Amino acid sequence: MSQRIVDHPVLGSLAARNQLRFTFNGTPYSAYEGETIAAALLASGVRTLRVHEEKGTPRGIYCNIGHCYECRVNVDGVPTVRACMTLVQDGMQVTAGTVLPTPLKKGGHSQ
Amino acid sequence: MIDALIIGAGPAGLSAAIACAKQGLSVRVVDEFYRAGGRLLGQLHQEPDGTWWNGIDEATRLDREARAVGVEIECGVSVYNVVPSPTGWIVSTTTGEIETPQLLIATGASETAVPVPGWTLPGTMSIGAAQVMTNVQRVRVGERGVVIGVNILSVAIARELQLAGIKIDRMILPPVSTVTGNAGVPEEVMRSLLRVAHLAPSPIIRWGSQLMKSTWMQRLGVSLYPPQGFSMWNIPIQLRTAALEIVGTSQVEGVRIARITPDGQPVAGTEQIIPADFVCIAGGLSPLAELAAIAGCPFAYVPSLGGHVPIHNDQMQTSLPGLFVAGNITGVESAKVAMAQGTVAGLSMSYSRGALSDRELLENAIQQVSSVRQRATIQFHPDIVEGRALVGNLALAGSVNQS
Repeated sequence: MSQRIVDHPVLGSLAARNQLRFTFNGTPYSAYEGETIAAALLASGVRTLRVHEEKGTPRGIYCNIGHCYECRVNVDGVPTVRACMTLVQDGMQVTAGTVLPTPLKKGGHSQ
Repeated sequence: MIDALIIGAGPAGLSAAIACAKQGLSVRVVDEFYRAGGRLLGQLHQEPDGTWWNGIDEATRLDREARAVGVEIECGVSVYNVVPSPTGWIVSTTTGEIETPQLLIATGASETAVPVPGWTLPGTMSIGAAQVMTNVQRVRVGERGVVIGVNILSVAIARELQLAGIKIDRMILPPVSTVTGNAGVPEEVMRSLLRVAHLAPSPIIRWGSQLMKSTWMQRLGVSLYPPQGFSMWNIPIQLRTAALEIVGTSQVEGVRIARITPDGQPVAGTEQIIPADFVCIAGGLSPLAELAAIAGCPFAYVPSLGGHVPIHNDQMQTSLPGLFVAGNITGVESAKVAMAQGTVAGLSMSYSRGALSDRELLENAIQQVSSVRQRATIQFHPDIVEGRALVGNLALAGSVNQS
């Protein structure tokens, strides 16, 4: 279900916008032109954008203005793209960051 | 070759751009966000006369006006280095280097992060994040949330979320710690709220502001503070309750809370978990001044201005040749003050380039900053004027040393 605020008592109603298609971890989602990756995913109920590289714990947005880098994702193969600062383009392929190997860490996994 | 580069397309940067472009300077503005306006974009509040301050409209107006007078605005460009050159400044951006004889850093403020156990769970965000998501991106951050941190900014944004149909279950304090400082101490929070009590629609807080003039009355006030708190716009504000932990497995499911003493210490046996699907953390604002720091600008620590600020004079000049600052980087105040400061910076840059024919314009703009400040309904800190004077004196002292 969309969580978009279409009608707002002060800001008014959203104008009609072009719909775009993109994928997140291979699952198709829709976005509207001018929406960030973070906003489009949140509107579809997706809050987890990556997992912590070492611990695997889920992470989402924190600051939503590009400072904290919590929401970093891979976009069309490019890593460390801020989902909160990047507008969805039609056909974009977004993937979540995953757990990375830590071969030098004591007790860490090496895969 | 441009005459001036401005980092930050917020109220200060755009106002500066308009002012110097009108004097004939060739101006470029860069900003990391995907559209111009800065933090104006999220702002939405009712003025004392009942009209709405709509930040998106203000941002759109400034953006249009700037472009109309020939300002080049580039969004989605991050700046990561600033170094002096023989002819001015070299600015490194994600789209290449820009050389400019004059540089204005108008990067605004950033939110202070307040670590609370469990805060990395998806669904936890800063209060400013929720503001942008709700008012700019027009997406609901959740159905029912808890705001941790009670200050003038968080109360205003809680109201904005409520306007968008998002339920704020309650506003409570962060756990007291060396990091949260006074934000976790009910007495201190109440004192800070009393300063803005004249804005509150609730008769309880108005009554409180009349009553609690002395320190002992303030202590009594917090001690007698109703356990359910008071409500503003039907949002319960509970100063005697703190968040101990944000709980959930893969995302926010609730907040573990407890009653606290006037000093902020949890009261044994009062813990409970309240359901929530999102949490906003509000730690206040501090000047976003990294670029001025790497440029080599001298700083002063002025708590009433929000923290470390680059030393500058009333013409928004730093002690470094060709480097100017304006807006919240110089101290946390309202967007209207930032706009007035931006105009000063723009005219000041024009004057430095020999493009300002009428110096009275600059003098008037400097006066305008003071009068906008005096008329401000929201004072972020009671000692802003003293803080500004301190920085101004430091700037004077610095220029004497240089000569």
